[in-house]
Amino acid sequence: MTADSWRPVATLAALRQRAALLAEIRQFFAQRQVLETEVPVISRRATSDPHIESITTQCVGTAAYLATSPEFALKRLLAAGIGDCYYLGKAFRQGEAGRRHNPEFTMLEWYRCGWDDRRLMDEVADLLCQILGRHQVQSLSYRELFQRELQLDPHSASDQALASCVEREMDLAFAPNDRSECLDLLMSHRLERAMGAGITLLYDFPANQAALAKVIPDKSGTPVARRFEAYVGGLELANGYWELTDSAEQLRRFEADQAYRKKNGSAVHPFEERLVMALQAGMPECAGVALGVDRLLMLAGGYKSIEDVIAFPIERA
Amino acid sequence: MANYSTNEFKGGLKVMLDGDPCSIVENEFVKPGKGQAFSRVKLRNLKTGRVWERTFRSGESLESADVMDREMEYLYNDGEFFHFMEPETFEQHQASTSAVGDAAKWLKEQDVCTVTLYNGAPLAVTPPNHVILEITDTDPGLRGDTAQGGTKPATLATGAVVKVPLFLEIGETVKVDTRTGEYLGRAKED
Repeated sequence: MTADSWRPVATLAALRQRAALLAEIRQFFAQRQVLETEVPVISRRATSDPHIESITTQCVGTAAYLATSPEFALKRLLAAGIGDCYYLGKAFRQGEAGRRHNPEFTMLEWYRCGWDDRRLMDEVADLLCQILGRHQVQSLSYRELFQRELQLDPHSASDQALASCVEREMDLAFAPNDRSECLDLLMSHRLERAMGAGITLLYDFPANQAALAKVIPDKSGTPVARRFEAYVGGLELANGYWELTDSAEQLRRFEADQAYRKKNGSAVHPFEERLVMALQAGMPECAGVALGVDRLLMLAGGYKSIEDVIAFPIERA
Repeated sequence: MANYSTNEFKGGLKVMLDGDPCSIVENEFVKPGKGQAFSRVKLRNLKTGRVWERTFRSGESLESADVMDREMEYLYNDGEFFHFMEPETFEQHQASTSAVGDAAKWLKEQDVCTVTLYNGAPLAVTPPNHVILEITDTDPGLRGDTAQGGTKPATLATGAVVKVPLFLEIGETVKVDTRTGEYLGRAKED
């Protein structure tokens, strides 16, 4: 504890910029008739995402989890017929702290009924251009980026070819587990910085990184996840899907996630079976996307670290 | 020895890697939203000085290195070893030429240096940021040159060669920044 540990880390100017950004986001969606909705941040169910850890707590005598995203709750509202909606509030992820991560962060997540991922990508670009005043937008597929930068097809390259590409590009203290880890390493160490300064929308992810997106064959016949990510200057800002609506497939993916977590020694918590029930009852076809608001503020204000835009980041929280 | 996990890595932490003591320069937490978490760590090998980047899986750990920095007075060089003394305990340490490395050209007897000890033995020596040394050789100063702002090489008592203003003469003392090798000014005689 030092004499100034009571003080906020972000400047007051940055905090005023935050307030203006939140107002601008709310106005953007008000103009488009997308409804703001609140969902619980304390949930009885955890995420099952293989690489995201929920923060666990106790509430009214039983285990509870801080929401890692509002996704499950918003989808239950969509199945109940709420229509186009968004959440702008806190999300929590265990262990994620660094220059671009704080375990408690502000997330914007929205859903558009009847849209697919391509149409939602355009709206993400509209929002980013409005806020950042930047207009250079490139859309390219996951495959195109890998081919352009590494002369490698991420869908068809052999495990061996991927592993030797990783070995060429970086010095690792471990041997990658599988091709998905190789792809993550190449993306985070090599490709993000090759994207350039503008807005990059990357789409058609490998089928094994589908998370909750539909998997559909692309023009070449390769099954791809209809998932996209938005980057600005190589900083990952948003992740979206043409949403999976098939309840049986949703259940299968939850079970596969749980099996993966068990195999890798991660905590296995009860998964959100009420999402499966909601899909069974019928969720409208839709596209949804989650965006990191703190990072957007970093970009808008030219801040180097996420701490510069949060009054009390985790060390001072 | 203690172990440090990637989430404890921070600049200045000393760890063992590939059998050598290393100092962590920088640790960046990297995690694609839906992907695995990694730590991209920039390290300096304390034996060789080489700086490079290695990626760890988040949560992996490294053994700590028994490395510590001590302030010590430089005593003398016996031709093979450089001798240092801890000011409180008067304990003496001898450092090899390779441990002293480039610092040798700045070492003046009785100056206080930072000696990095690895398993109790000197691994590296960092000279004081500023040293005051006598000029032992330089071209004669020329009258009237003071306004020109030119420089000339001067050899100092410890063997270092620095650029000094033209008006300085052999026997004068100068203050030098050892990190950049830059002349800072003429030192007042006292």
